[in-house]
Amino acid sequence: MADVTLRKVIKRYDDVEAVRGIDLDISDHEFIVLVGPSGCGKSTTLRMIAGLEDITDGDIMIGGDVVNDVPPKDRDIAMVFQNYALYPHMTVAENMSFGLRLKHYPKAEIKARVTEAARLLDITDLIDRKPKQLSGGQRQRVAMGRAIVRNPKVFLFDEPLSNLDAKLRVQMRIEIKKVHQKVRTTTVYVTHDQVEAMTLADRVVVMNHGRIEQIGTPNELYHKPATRFVAGFIGSPAMNFLPCRLEEVGGKLNLRLTDRIAFPLPPARAARYNALPRSELLQLGIRPEHITESHGHLEPGVESFDTVLDVTEPMGMETLVYFGLDGVAVCGRVNPNAGAQDGAPMRLAMDLNNMHLLNETTGVVL
Amino acid sequence: MADVAFEQSRIASAGGVRRRTSLHNALKRKSTMAFLMTLPLILLILLLVVYPAFYAVHLATLNKSMARFVGFGNFEFLFKRETFWLVVKQSCIFAISAVFFKALIGFIVAHFVHNVPAKGQRKWRGMLLVPWVIPPAMSTLAWLWLFDPSYSAFNYTLSAFGIGPIPWTGDAGWARFSVILVNIWYGAPFFMIMYLAALKSVPEQLYEAAAIDGANWWQRIWYVTLPMMRNIIAITALFSLIVTFANFDIVRILTSGGPLDHTHIFATWAFRVGIEGSDIPLGASVSLFMVPILAVAAIFILRDVTKRGNEA
Repeated sequence: MADVTLRKVIKRYDDVEAVRGIDLDISDHEFIVLVGPSGCGKSTTLRMIAGLEDITDGDIMIGGDVVNDVPPKDRDIAMVFQNYALYPHMTVAENMSFGLRLKHYPKAEIKARVTEAARLLDITDLIDRKPKQLSGGQRQRVAMGRAIVRNPKVFLFDEPLSNLDAKLRVQMRIEIKKVHQKVRTTTVYVTHDQVEAMTLADRVVVMNHGRIEQIGTPNELYHKPATRFVAGFIGSPAMNFLPCRLEEVGGKLNLRLTDRIAFPLPPARAARYNALPRSELLQLGIRPEHITESHGHLEPGVESFDTVLDVTEPMGMETLVYFGLDGVAVCGRVNPNAGAQDGAPMRLAMDLNNMHLLNETTGVVL
Repeated sequence: MADVAFEQSRIASAGGVRRRTSLHNALKRKSTMAFLMTLPLILLILLLVVYPAFYAVHLATLNKSMARFVGFGNFEFLFKRETFWLVVKQSCIFAISAVFFKALIGFIVAHFVHNVPAKGQRKWRGMLLVPWVIPPAMSTLAWLWLFDPSYSAFNYTLSAFGIGPIPWTGDAGWARFSVILVNIWYGAPFFMIMYLAALKSVPEQLYEAAAIDGANWWQRIWYVTLPMMRNIIAITALFSLIVTFANFDIVRILTSGGPLDHTHIFATWAFRVGIEGSDIPLGASVSLFMVPILAVAAIFILRDVTKRGNEA
């Protein structure tokens, strides 16, 4: 096991810069998830750590050693691929033991390691089958088994669950977490699914356009996003962004959303945003769960307003409501018994204690 | 009486409806329609392949004048002739060595082309296919000039290094080498294109997984490429084995079976005996001898292909 460090790592394909000088420190035993939209450079970063892609500039260190020019086989890593990459002509046991056989490990040790990994992943009964005779989930387990038997310094996962159906994905997510809790190997996991990122990671690295937007624990990213991209990417349904401006009325700071809707800011928020120029173009970022049905008694910092719902989506435990504010579509989450109906008027409440204010031009959360 | 007649006509019409329904159902079945649509081709194959095959069997059982049934007489006669066993040996050497080297060269060249950047790959593919595109009768004539004992371009080149002159088609050993060489030159591009297609279908991630597992270049070929290509290698080899075994034009043009029958293979010897020697039944017997040899090879190879078909 080892820590992984990336220093000013750049990857350029002809004139396209896929990764633009990223710095990343991954501690020993840590489970790091690289998340971002397609083409953000997350898979390229993982493949550079694996040694499957050369780096254009910068340094990659595994266990303190610079591995820029070290071939994949000598980096002591194991990788689980999106399509599992199991050798179709080999049995499960042969697939799992292939790396060890190439390194001429004693047969007894190979058998012991394969048996142990198979037991850990609950695939003991499948050991003599060929990949074609396995389901998607079973293949995924075998691919993980192949990584585990090597006992590497670092596990690399490249979107390993994206070929599975939704139910199996949840199941395998839990399996991966359990396996990491048992083996505690440093893990770098790439996904475009923010739910996977949030549920699995010790820390999440959000990437966009070849750069790291933010690194933090799942809670930090959710509650304290650094940029509009992170705020919008993390969380489902996504955070609402509404154009707004600050105005001072009677010595108090107000947040004006539309000509008819303006809310006084809670004292803590007012103090935080007081120094901002009143003319600055701003956006209010508010998550759907902070727009709910209005009760008679409102907590401090929670403000109510009337609107007409466009669409409602009953989800069972909650109902998502969609409405427009000055032409901007907004999503809220209300109690399923709150009486929300398509096209019906409704009084909603916005919890400004959990609001975010963003610079509209730079997208930075203020 | 009228009632009975009515009843009978009703039964008859019900029977007619049933027949029409079953015919209608049969026509609606996919397998029936598929059979009907392929029927013209099946009839064509029967006419062009099955009929001549049975006619050859029939011919092989007749005497030289084709007037008397001699059963296995022609085969018994062949088994006693030394030249026949020479032809069997030469056909096996010719087919096996040519197919082996065609496969080997095809595999190496396919790897080379596969690793050429996509931009230049079409150009290479096109150029490397040229030998296979030229009619073999024409290209073999060109080879004949290259092997010419007096004006051979090869001998001229080799003489610059103090080698030769080599009797390319005059010596038994060299003549065998020459016909095999030309066959390899002609057939290797077919292997190349088949293997190239197979190589392109091997998922890149398998190589990456193997690289991470610690496999070097050779181990990646041995443990990933070859197993992934086994079926295509087997089918291509079988196909080529059949075609090479039955080859006629290259040997006929280059050596006509000479010197002293030392490059004859089944097809050329069957021609020599049957057409030039005016013994059609014996010629038919020679060519029929290829069937059991190829059938055994086909059964073994295809059985292996079917077995492995379930893996991928």
